Amino acid sequence: MDDVVLETRGLCKNYGALEVSKNISLTLRKGEVHAVIGPNGAGKSTLIHQICGTVRPDFGSIYLLDEDVTQKPVDARSKAGLARTFQVSALAMEDTVLENVVLGCVGASGKAFRLFQPVLTDRDLLETAHIALERVGLEDVAEKRTADLSHGQRRQLEVAIALTLAPKAFVMDEPMAGLGAEGSKRMTGFLDTLRAEAPILLVEHDMDAVFALADRISVLVYGSIIASGTVEEIRSDPGVREAYLGDEA
Amino acid sequence: MTRENGLNMLIVAGLVLVPLWAFFADEPFTITLATRAVILAMAAVGLNIALGLGGLISLGHAVFFGLGGYAMGILAYHAQTYTPFVEWPFVIEGTKSMPIIWLVAVVMSSLAAFVIGLLSLRTSGAYFIMITLAFGQMFFFFSISWSAYGGEDGVSIYLRNGFPGLNTLAPIQFYGLCFGLLMLVLLFASLLARSPFGLALNAARQSEQRVQAVGMMPFRLRLAAFVISGAITGLAGALFADLNRFVSPAMFSWQMSGEIMILVILGGVGRLYGPVVGAIVYVMLEHVLGDLSDYWHIYLGVLLLLVVLFVKGGIIGAVSGRRTAHG
Repeated sequence: MDDVVLETRGLCKNYGALEVSKNISLTLRKGEVHAVIGPNGAGKSTLIHQICGTVRPDFGSIYLLDEDVTQKPVDARSKAGLARTFQVSALAMEDTVLENVVLGCVGASGKAFRLFQPVLTDRDLLETAHIALERVGLEDVAEKRTADLSHGQRRQLEVAIALTLAPKAFVMDEPMAGLGAEGSKRMTGFLDTLRAEAPILLVEHDMDAVFALADRISVLVYGSIIASGTVEEIRSDPGVREAYLGDEA
Repeated sequence: MTRENGLNMLIVAGLVLVPLWAFFADEPFTITLATRAVILAMAAVGLNIALGLGGLISLGHAVFFGLGGYAMGILAYHAQTYTPFVEWPFVIEGTKSMPIIWLVAVVMSSLAAFVIGLLSLRTSGAYFIMITLAFGQMFFFFSISWSAYGGEDGVSIYLRNGFPGLNTLAPIQFYGLCFGLLMLVLLFASLLARSPFGLALNAARQSEQRVQAVGMMPFRLRLAAFVISGAITGLAGALFADLNRFVSPAMFSWQMSGEIMILVILGGVGRLYGPVVGAIVYVMLEHVLGDLSDYWHIYLGVLLLLVVLFVKGGIIGAVSGRRTAHG
């Protein structure tokens, strides 16, 4: 299809005898939120690692905007438009919030090897950074040290950095983790508006958020996608209920 | 103005006033000590770019220090013996000109840093320390066996090399030259730390994943930092050899690498003036305690332990009250 932004075709990955990815094919289309859910140990993280380039699949390929990126390293995929947020915040903790966001702008602008102009006097970089901070609501803490942020604010910062990349697709690994009910609701609202900008591949445990956001859901169990469809289809799928949702749904 | 900036200005004032006083009081030895401190500081400022900003624990910076030293020794040796350094395919003469020697020192140490970095930066942690150490040992033993340039005995130079418009044999003039270079190097280091490159390098030290995720390769950032770092230490090596009018394999030794690292840790890792304070304290201890005992390193060891265990951020961190280098 024309509007496919990100696609995996037949991804397989084994760790010894353990098959963590079994022939995983999924697509992310323009304007949608595609959630991947599954119990712990289902292989969600390994899937994300393969999509983002930290783990190479044994078989299968990954396409970003019809370009085969399977063999490309992490930084090349980011450059090609894949923006990732981490399950465990990966931030420069000693630096300020603003500096972390500016880092994203430096990466996106290709100014990494400028040695002389102080980075915090570069108006273009600063403007992009402040817009991103404002959008996630961290403008007030821009000068704070990242290590002093609350857990929820760090999650917002992850998203702000992703925004600076002007990405073609977001890959978000449990953005709600540890946010609490209120924070989770706010993040859900924000991600809801984000899908118009770029589609989101969302790995998430928070079922309320998943059901509120997802256009499509794929269910991963023991390395295989056992079901894929709309929220309603997944809710009523007997296999999914048995394997994962249990009484919750 | 922060307390750390005030402290830095105080250090610069000291580096100007003490040698000036020594000049008028006719204490040339004090000027020589100050020169030694300034040159060692420059070597450590170089290391601090790799270590403080990049988090690269290099135990092989003596390679660059020694290369700078031998660049001076070899070129000046050929100049004073009137023998060409290279005869074929074209003749390269030795030289007694400091600017040319500095250029050669910087180019040679950059090249070495590039090759060593290319290989060793694929590892990290203890492996990186060991590989850089191994490269240091390679250069050390090579210099010992290089009999054309004195082998273990090294190379002595009769007269200090020249700089246009200065009498480098006058201690105060040579000191001024070294001090000026140190200030330039510090200016460069401070610009670098605040540049986009510095931000990215510093972030790669804290979270490699983060830097990759925004489309940059930590390896390239670190390699560039390692080359810059090596070049500065190499320049310091050329000056050090010129100060002593002597270069020997000791400049390549792992003890030398360790000394440069001690200067950085003592003063404060990642602080602009950390290496400068470290070098001043080191040279003062060496002078004062060296008179008391040949084993003065014991006291240095105790001081280093105290700093590492109780004073986060080195001497600069303790005095400025700011415990972290960044932010």
